[in-house]
Amino acid sequence: MEKNDRELIRRLYKKLYLIRKTEEEIARVYPTDKIKSPIHLSIGQESVSVGVCDNLKKDDVVFGTYRGHAMYLAKGGDLNKLIAELYGKETGCCKGRGGSMHIIDKEAGVMGTSAIVGTTIPIAVGYAQALKLQGSNSIVVVFFGDGAMDEGVVHESMNYAGVKKLPILFVLEDNQYAIFNHTYYRQFFESVRMADNHVWAAEQISHDIFEVYHKAKALIEYVRKSCTPAFLQVDTFRLKEHVGPEDYDYPDIKDRDEFKRILKNDQVKFIRRKVKNPKEIESIIDKKIKKAFKFAEKSEEPDWRDLERFSYE
Amino acid sequence: MSRILSYGEAINEAIYQSMEDDNKIIVMGQGVNDPNTVLGTTKGLEQKFPGRCIDTPIAEDGMTGVAIGTALAGFKVIHTHIRMDFVLLCMNQIINMAAKMEYMYGGEVNVPIVIKSMIGKSWGQGPQHSQGLYSLFINIPGLRVVAPTTPYDAKGAMIAAIAHKGPVLFIEHRHLHYQKGFVPEKRYGIVPELRKLKEGSDVTLIGVSQMVVECFRAAKILEENGIKAEVIDPIYLSPLDYNNIYKSVKKTKKVIVVDCDWFASSVGADIISSLHESGLDFRSFKMGFAHTTCPTAPSLEKEFYPTAEKIAKEAFFMFEENLDKFKNVDIIREEIEYKGPF
Repeated sequence: MEKNDRELIRRLYKKLYLIRKTEEEIARVYPTDKIKSPIHLSIGQESVSVGVCDNLKKDDVVFGTYRGHAMYLAKGGDLNKLIAELYGKETGCCKGRGGSMHIIDKEAGVMGTSAIVGTTIPIAVGYAQALKLQGSNSIVVVFFGDGAMDEGVVHESMNYAGVKKLPILFVLEDNQYAIFNHTYYRQFFESVRMADNHVWAAEQISHDIFEVYHKAKALIEYVRKSCTPAFLQVDTFRLKEHVGPEDYDYPDIKDRDEFKRILKNDQVKFIRRKVKNPKEIESIIDKKIKKAFKFAEKSEEPDWRDLERFSYE
Repeated sequence: MSRILSYGEAINEAIYQSMEDDNKIIVMGQGVNDPNTVLGTTKGLEQKFPGRCIDTPIAEDGMTGVAIGTALAGFKVIHTHIRMDFVLLCMNQIINMAAKMEYMYGGEVNVPIVIKSMIGKSWGQGPQHSQGLYSLFINIPGLRVVAPTTPYDAKGAMIAAIAHKGPVLFIEHRHLHYQKGFVPEKRYGIVPELRKLKEGSDVTLIGVSQMVVECFRAAKILEENGIKAEVIDPIYLSPLDYNNIYKSVKKTKKVIVVDCDWFASSVGADIISSLHESGLDFRSFKMGFAHTTCPTAPSLEKEFYPTAEKIAKEAFFMFEENLDKFKNVDIIREEIEYKGPF
């Protein structure tokens, strides 16, 4: 392998491992009730956020969903503040007011996640409009799931971006399930073909980390250069339940061999095999994660007298 | 010092002057650049500030999100709707995002958007083109709601709304756009304080939006009946100037609130329940649209709305239960019967 590849692989693995280990630790701690909000874990889908965000500059911004920890960390969001937010502490990224589903890190360019399906998508388009009005070279990437593709507002947003030529990349993390409901029963359209009618370029790939990395690189460059919107559908898979720390074994997948193949396609494990001396990376990250959880535990809760802070008419 | 502008022109001037001072202000909405220019309120904006007055597709939910996103990136956005009825399509973005983002993100962001729309009646608009709906928004924390009545207040309220850090619902009434009044040329804002249009000692009449005009006319009728009414325009519906309303009702001990909306869970309900909580001993009555869908046929439509005569009769009833003694007075109406364009 060339030196470039090796550097890329290490960099990607660092981020993938950080996210995977953080999410697993969150799942481990969750039954102790120290985490004060519902959690929607990205385990199984990390390669989408990592592959896309690795191609973004600091001034580019991302918007996401309630399943947003992977995106938050992949874009460079502060780990300590994330865990503190989950613990409901004043040192959290939203000072404990948001919880797991509403996180933000402006400095890293993570402009917000939301609990309601589809709500951040038009906002992301608006942000792209602002970037264009300012003559900026930055772009917006908005992540959403197959559930959001059901919502009308997503089509309104993509259409607007297409007709006004806005610098935004729409990334669909298609894990086929909206809670327990499969896309087969919800969608008459094919997402990538629908998107192709709204925006200027639309592609569909698997969540293989290298495929994501290279395709995202091409589309991001396209969006930045042409100042027109593009769409990337990544077919991925969620390994935990929709909400909560438990594993989910998808009883509706009748072919159990198929399910085993899906589990084998775990991108974090796949990349690990390609890294020289992964334990070196892992021990550093393990320490970081441990520190973050300690930080969250030791932090203060918001003062009850501050209930009305940030609230005004 | 008698510079006269219409209500619509006053709003237009407020937006124009604000956009002149701050090039980070943009306007979005359906029909902003068409010949009607939203009853004159967006006139001349695209010509003077090209690229900053953006006509949008008919996708209210998405467009509200777009307005919020643009505001998030450092702009101030005025999102205009031709009717309040259409704002119902924006509820998710207004209530779940705009009203909450500053709070739920721990103060990291703020959403300076003005959502302006037109309410109220005119000839045969019917069920879906005549609603008030502002009562829904006064309930939500994080949303400011303002409904000016005079051209002076319209300009001041719009400048203040644009300058406000958070989201503002700016409510215009279709019958007010051609009403003229004194409007200074300078830039000025008005704060959340009510305006007392007429001093009186016998009964307090509080109106919302165009109903302030009806209350003012009712006061004239009541004068002929020997009753001195105090007429109040709260202007801001959220935050509401409870203090000064309390002072007035403490004096008169009688209050009628006339909403330009259905009166259940309305500004009237809010005011009257707050006055009760303050321990005042007083008599009250809520008025507003009849509690039905608005009909189109004129014989039904005229029953639907409060009028100056109806308000005056209710006030009179608080003093004299025998309505045969009520003297109705013909008030000259300079109202323009609005028949379009829509």
